[in-house]
Amino acid sequence: MASRGPPGARGGMNTRFAQFKLVLLGESAVGKDQFDSYRESTIGAAFLTQTISLDENTTVKFEIWDTAGQERYKSLAPMYYRNANCAVVVYDITQASSLDKAKSWVKELQRQANESIIIALAGNKLDLVSEQPDKRAVSTADAEAYAKEAGLLFFETSAKTAENVRDLFTAIARRLPLDQVGPRHSRPGQRQGVSLNPESPNTNVGGPCAC
Amino acid sequence: MDEIAPEYDVVVLGTGLTECILSGVFSVKGKKVLHIDRNNHYGGEAASLNIEALFKKYGNYSPGEEPWKQYGRVNDWNIDLVPKFLMSSGELTNILVSTDVTRYLEFKQVAGSYVQQGAGSRATVAKVPSDAAEALRSPLMGIFEKRRMKSFIEWVGTFDPKDPATHKGLNMATCTMKEVYDKFSLETTTRDFIGHAMALYLSDGYISTPGQAPEAIERIRLYGNSVARYGKSPYIYPLYGLGELPQGFARLSAIYGGTYMLGTSVDEITYEDGKAVGIKATMSGMEPEMKFETKAKMILGDPSYFPGKTKVVGHVLRAICIIDHPLDGTSDNDSCQIIIPQSQVGRHNDIYIACVSAAHNVCPKGYYIAIVSTIAEGSANHHLELEPGLKRVGKIKEQFMSAPIPLYEPLEDGTKDNIFISKSYDATSHFETTTDDVRDIYSRAAGEELVVEGLREGIQVAEN
Repeated sequence: MASRGPPGARGGMNTRFAQFKLVLLGESAVGKDQFDSYRESTIGAAFLTQTISLDENTTVKFEIWDTAGQERYKSLAPMYYRNANCAVVVYDITQASSLDKAKSWVKELQRQANESIIIALAGNKLDLVSEQPDKRAVSTADAEAYAKEAGLLFFETSAKTAENVRDLFTAIARRLPLDQVGPRHSRPGQRQGVSLNPESPNTNVGGPCAC
Repeated sequence: MDEIAPEYDVVVLGTGLTECILSGVFSVKGKKVLHIDRNNHYGGEAASLNIEALFKKYGNYSPGEEPWKQYGRVNDWNIDLVPKFLMSSGELTNILVSTDVTRYLEFKQVAGSYVQQGAGSRATVAKVPSDAAEALRSPLMGIFEKRRMKSFIEWVGTFDPKDPATHKGLNMATCTMKEVYDKFSLETTTRDFIGHAMALYLSDGYISTPGQAPEAIERIRLYGNSVARYGKSPYIYPLYGLGELPQGFARLSAIYGGTYMLGTSVDEITYEDGKAVGIKATMSGMEPEMKFETKAKMILGDPSYFPGKTKVVGHVLRAICIIDHPLDGTSDNDSCQIIIPQSQVGRHNDIYIACVSAAHNVCPKGYYIAIVSTIAEGSANHHLELEPGLKRVGKIKEQFMSAPIPLYEPLEDGTKDNIFISKSYDATSHFETTTDDVRDIYSRAAGEELVVEGLREGIQVAEN
């Protein structure tokens, strides 16, 4: 599998590089599988990455954790939420029930994840509604009102055409505490614990993730 | 909700570490895996529980009381049910690295490994020396003994089982460890901490077994290499507790297409001509509960899913202690292992203490979790068997101890009935026997040796 490009500017004067864990949640048919626009497939990847340049000097890299289907039968491990800095909860604007499901994921996040987690609500499949407006089942105003009440960022997106996806990641990045350094905020390879990998160069063959 | 497939290559029952590693390996190898646990959490017998769940499991409080409330947020606690550490250079580390599961976990060193000498009021603990230089500084030995120990450790470093020139004239095929110790004129107390605190044997049987010397030397070497890897102690430990390990391998399995179902009880294993061919199960926690049936080419699982197909080979005693101070004599370390060799306290099996703390994200700041364990030798008064260990722990805020925990092993190797059963987590302080079991089950079930190096290269993925 091809390796992704280098994760933006690092080090140097006045530049900031921060890495955050982002978890992706939502019913299986809402299109969250296509949410990373570079994604080839979930299969075999520990997690994918998305890099956002906030400005010339600030680069934010998201380590995107997919549920790998473990949510299907209510079997998502606590490890999934552990140290997550941000979450994108996806619903399908053409399926009213998917917003209810999204609301229950938000509750689950508030119960299991860090108190400071930043949650974004994404109403996906905007492309379908642009073509056929009568397909819309969840009004923008209703979802926005819920997001506001629950303290969530809100976007309507099309993961298929990438509409608003970058804006969504950028909005999350702007909310993240870029100046605080925590275990997940540091640069890759600078974890707080010991590294198990052998001293000799150990290339990560087989994963599309270049972190 | 997606349909359960009509057939799987492998159905795995129980989400203990052994089961999760095997599930991960089979999924990576392209097998279609269904992984089930009757509990609503991962880890089975090797789970880490929060303090409320721990109180509820042991039931040691009066109705109406909520004693966990005085210990802060319940989710800040991840208390292991089975006390073990990873050897830094051991096989589990190798599997974690080869499968990339290290990406989901962070590890910290265990700060020290200690051994007790003497008993009662005269008991002292000292750090286990890991290399020749430490041996020379160790209070465990007198001045002349230190030199003998130094030359022994240096010899272990150069020992090559295939090269008789390194064997000191001993015949390794028949040699006992006693003969090796004799060769270096080591004193009894030195043999005691070498065998128990470095080779990590639980009893003295290894000393007189002909031909066992190379294994013992290999174990001492593993200890030394593991200490050399990060210093301080041979052990590492995952942040948030050992329960993270099965979760990490379960995620690996899921990423390669494995299907996970917690809260699902197995109602029946179906057989054809004496061979297991599938399961009938019920997933609860939803309305209505979901009953389903699926075929399986083979079934793996922990002993609790196969009553009648296992035997009890011993019992372990464990006391989980919540304390608010570091262990005495360990330089206020945030974590440690203390071994009380059997000979020091008139037993046949060693007593182990494993201690971790807030530094490992397993409890709030100021607390420590110490687990005292040993193999049961009597049929009553089990708390007395643990007493030397509990004394060493000092003042205890909460103590959780159950009846002796049976250790199970399968009666058969699975080739006849397609059922491959793991062993219970034993009394050793590390995972080397667990990974031996993983390799053993894999070779019986898959008909080939497990090679983890390069496992994720050239992978295949099951069709869903």
